[in-house]
Amino acid sequence: MSTTYTTSQPAGGTRTSKLLRRIGYHLLLLTTCFVMIYPILWMLASSFKEEQEIWANMASLIPTAPTLHNYVDGWRGFSSSLTFTTFYLNSFIYAGVGTLARVASSALVAYAFSRIRFWGRDFWFGIMMLTMMLPFQIVLIPQYILFNQLGWVNTFLPLLVPRFFGEAFFIFMAVQFMRGIPQELTDAAEIDGCNRIGTFTRIMLPLVRPVLITSGIFSFYWLWDDFFTPLIYLSDPKLYTVSLAIRAFADGSSDTNWGAIFAMSTLSLVPVIVIFFAFQRYLVEGIATTGLKG
Amino acid sequence: MSEIKQEAFSGNAAFGSSPNKRMLSRRARDNLMGYLFLSPWLIGFVVFLLLPMVASLVLSFTDYNIFSDPEWVGWGNFERMFFEDPRYWRSVKATLYFVFTAVPLRLIVALAVALMLNRGTRLVGLYRAAYYAPSIVGSSVAVAVMWRQLFGGDGLINFLLTSIGIHSDLRWLGNPKTAIWTLIILAAWQFGSPMLIFLAGLKQIPQELYEAASIDGANEQTKFGRITLPMLSPIILFNLVMQTISGFLIFTQAYLVTNGRPLDTTLFYALYLYRRAFEDHQFGYGSAMAWIILMVIALFTFLIFRSSPYWVFYETGED
Repeated sequence: MSTTYTTSQPAGGTRTSKLLRRIGYHLLLLTTCFVMIYPILWMLASSFKEEQEIWANMASLIPTAPTLHNYVDGWRGFSSSLTFTTFYLNSFIYAGVGTLARVASSALVAYAFSRIRFWGRDFWFGIMMLTMMLPFQIVLIPQYILFNQLGWVNTFLPLLVPRFFGEAFFIFMAVQFMRGIPQELTDAAEIDGCNRIGTFTRIMLPLVRPVLITSGIFSFYWLWDDFFTPLIYLSDPKLYTVSLAIRAFADGSSDTNWGAIFAMSTLSLVPVIVIFFAFQRYLVEGIATTGLKG
Repeated sequence: MSEIKQEAFSGNAAFGSSPNKRMLSRRARDNLMGYLFLSPWLIGFVVFLLLPMVASLVLSFTDYNIFSDPEWVGWGNFERMFFEDPRYWRSVKATLYFVFTAVPLRLIVALAVALMLNRGTRLVGLYRAAYYAPSIVGSSVAVAVMWRQLFGGDGLINFLLTSIGIHSDLRWLGNPKTAIWTLIILAAWQFGSPMLIFLAGLKQIPQELYEAASIDGANEQTKFGRITLPMLSPIILFNLVMQTISGFLIFTQAYLVTNGRPLDTTLFYALYLYRRAFEDHQFGYGSAMAWIILMVIALFTFLIFRSSPYWVFYETGED
């Protein structure tokens, strides 16, 4: 009797301390979360504030009189013929076409690496893995010279053409995934008289949709954010992507209209944030698995 | 060549009963189809990587401004870089400083957050998304522009410091001591990817190990030091290598936030290379710089891997 009493007493104590610890744990996590995303929320809030409120009421996350004024102002861009409509269109062309080209070509190559036994396969796979470690600075200058000689500078060609030749990271991701598809499925198709191309398009592609989506998201996100390639190749404002336009906007002469800059900056994050939340599961798995298998 | 044929035969040994001719044609067909599917990457590799690499190596021994023909200067670019260009050394210094601070900081934060999230809370998905959010937006121009405002003389950081009683009108971006730290903080803030990789790694650690340790009376610290860290060390190695490589090549955020100022304290290697090549049109010098950074990165990667037997724990089979 006395023993049960003494053992139950500390158990009750642990329960409260456990609860306290859990509250503390969540409080800590929530506070750090808030500090982490505060700058982003702050920019979002500022984009809805009137110019003087941005400065007067700086730290607050809730605009006293929310306005779309900054968005209207910002969207006008540099001139009546050069608004953010053009820049968004350019960015969507770059990220959209680039992503489609990249994912399609990478899937083709991954099929060769994972399903066809050809001479030199392991050698080429090794080379491809090595290229992932190469800093792109090493080929930057000759590539620029090449595209310059072709007369491609100030066109979208240097940004888009290289995307049609696969990308090591995405090929690797797709290879990992395709190796997990049972051999019997593709064998069966071939026994039934399907040729390689048919097996690839009708059997393999539908089965590897998850990895195509994951690479698609990564690729779109990277290309949308890409600043360097457009910076090197596009100097005509008509060809500016959203990134280049915002940078030109923020570096613009005397009175910088911060409200408009915040508005356009916030807007430029919308596509990546929407994609992130819509496809979060794919992204998290993609990063975790490729990281582990790398 | 005969070796290859031999391999082809032995590879098909399982079909030993079928006629040789058919076997060879199947082999040939596989090779044909293999290279057909491989061709996009192979062409891209040769045209956009291999040949440019060779060109870059040749260019590094020349003076070339794109407007006139390249002029052979032998080791000239390298000599200038190492002995006559103090800015080059300032860029090396800034880059090393950044790599040795930002990379460990980012990894430590990533690991700490991953450990906190690994407690198995139902809200893990929500927290994970929130902690990953800065990494999703972090490499954008929008965030760089925002960062410039945050750390400006009349920016948000000073406003917050003043409002909690620490009067500050420090120009964080203009001060040679603090400017680089705004970029280090920006880098550490984006710890999302290594965090996700750590989280996935933590999930792989068999729970039995912890249970066994608890039975033996081990406390949390011992469990962390004797189980978590060793089991996670291959992933730490992976993250360390990847983050070190990207740390050496930091460009966009530095270009947008401080652009090398003040006094070249944030003139990172890739930024200086860009200026030399694309602003001063010294493509030979730029190529030489690119080859040096390639070798430095290769060296660091090699050293990290060489050090790994001393601190990376690999499970040795079944015992």
